[in-house]
Amino acid sequence: MWNLKTEQKKYHTATKSRLLVARGGEKPGGCDMAGKPKLHYMNGRLRMEPIRWLLAAAGVEFEEQFLESPEDLEKLRNDGVLMFQQVPMVEIDGMKLAQTRAILNYIAAKHNLYGTDIKERALIDMYSEGIADLYEMILRLPLCPPDEQDAKMTQIRERTTNRYFPAFEKVLKSHGQHYLVGNRLSKADIHLVELIYQVEEIDPSLLANFPLLKALKTRISNLPPVKKFLQPGSQRKPPIDAKAVKAAREIFKI
Amino acid sequence: LFSKDGSLMFQQVPMVEIDGMKLAQTRAILNYIAAKYNLYGKDIKERALIDMYSEGMADLNEMILHLPLCPPHEKDAKMTQIREKTTNRYFPAFEKVLKSHGQHYLVGNRLSRADIHLVELIYYVEEIDPSLMAIFPLLKALKTRISNLPPVKKFLQPGSQRKPPVDAKALEEARKIVNK
Repeated sequence: MWNLKTEQKKYHTATKSRLLVARGGEKPGGCDMAGKPKLHYMNGRLRMEPIRWLLAAAGVEFEEQFLESPEDLEKLRNDGVLMFQQVPMVEIDGMKLAQTRAILNYIAAKHNLYGTDIKERALIDMYSEGIADLYEMILRLPLCPPDEQDAKMTQIRERTTNRYFPAFEKVLKSHGQHYLVGNRLSKADIHLVELIYQVEEIDPSLLANFPLLKALKTRISNLPPVKKFLQPGSQRKPPIDAKAVKAAREIFKI
Repeated sequence: LFSKDGSLMFQQVPMVEIDGMKLAQTRAILNYIAAKYNLYGKDIKERALIDMYSEGMADLNEMILHLPLCPPHEKDAKMTQIREKTTNRYFPAFEKVLKSHGQHYLVGNRLSRADIHLVELIYYVEEIDPSLMAIFPLLKALKTRISNLPPVKKFLQPGSQRKPPVDAKALEEARKIVNK
């Protein structure tokens, strides 16, 4: 049966052996996987923000290279570093990883935020995907044509109140534990708390009937690496404004 | 009915009852099956590659999936987009992977879900326009190889649980069920 800890141990052992051989028997100093992850995206939330949150929650320092023009994106494409010519792309542990889910799953697995077995991972995935669906609606809102925005807002409110938040409140109520899965912090908690912050920015009253979600938000926000990330001056990005929408349209041609 | 009895976490299908769980969300279901049956690589780096490839395939698959749901006046533009993305973005990326290591499978010299998803996608692209495969010999070879694996071969035969292409009738059914 596939076991994450065993897999990670095997991987780390294999890496150490490879490095030892490569350095002619020299003991590898420090981290086997040298260098900070480097994030390639525009200077805004959009599709990179969940990655920033997860890295921050895992206590991982990261660098960012911002795309500021369509030419910056063209350059990355011409350099052949974007598998599908798209960002987000994260340089991490010798890989040039594209696709948000691939990046998030790797970070989560590497930093023990993905449960302890495949069943826990299944729950984490199911919850994360539900979160992603609502997140996507919120993400698209500023990019919506003005005459569609009201309808879109109504849909977001409805889905939050009737579908997504009740589902997660129910999970927390069902086991009474401090985290969504396995009585232990996982990516699902981080993604959900990020989503809660987003929903509150839209309409704080939407949280009113969800006391366990509010408690989760407080608890996670108080974890030292998350607390640090929530402070001004961190790499957390502000809500998207008209300027950022303009930049996104220009760079991504949307 | 399922919406009301609480079996669907987000009131949506697909949902798969498996190993005592009622699993919703396609990726959660796929990830679980792949991990359980050793189709998800042998370590987290292989899994990262499998995920990256699978997500790219899912993006193209999504375009193809939506094609029948497109209003008639938008269909041509959508088809052009699918052809363009297949030929210039997705198929070249996977052909390049196979060329780079010359192995029989996309990741780790061993069958993974990425190979299965890609071959399924190739079948869909061929249903749309077989000529799109012309310049991708390694993808064609992968398709043949995977199609010859006994369980896949069986699935490709008439009478299996494989479903036919979406037609007008299936579309009408789908619309009724999800109330769109």
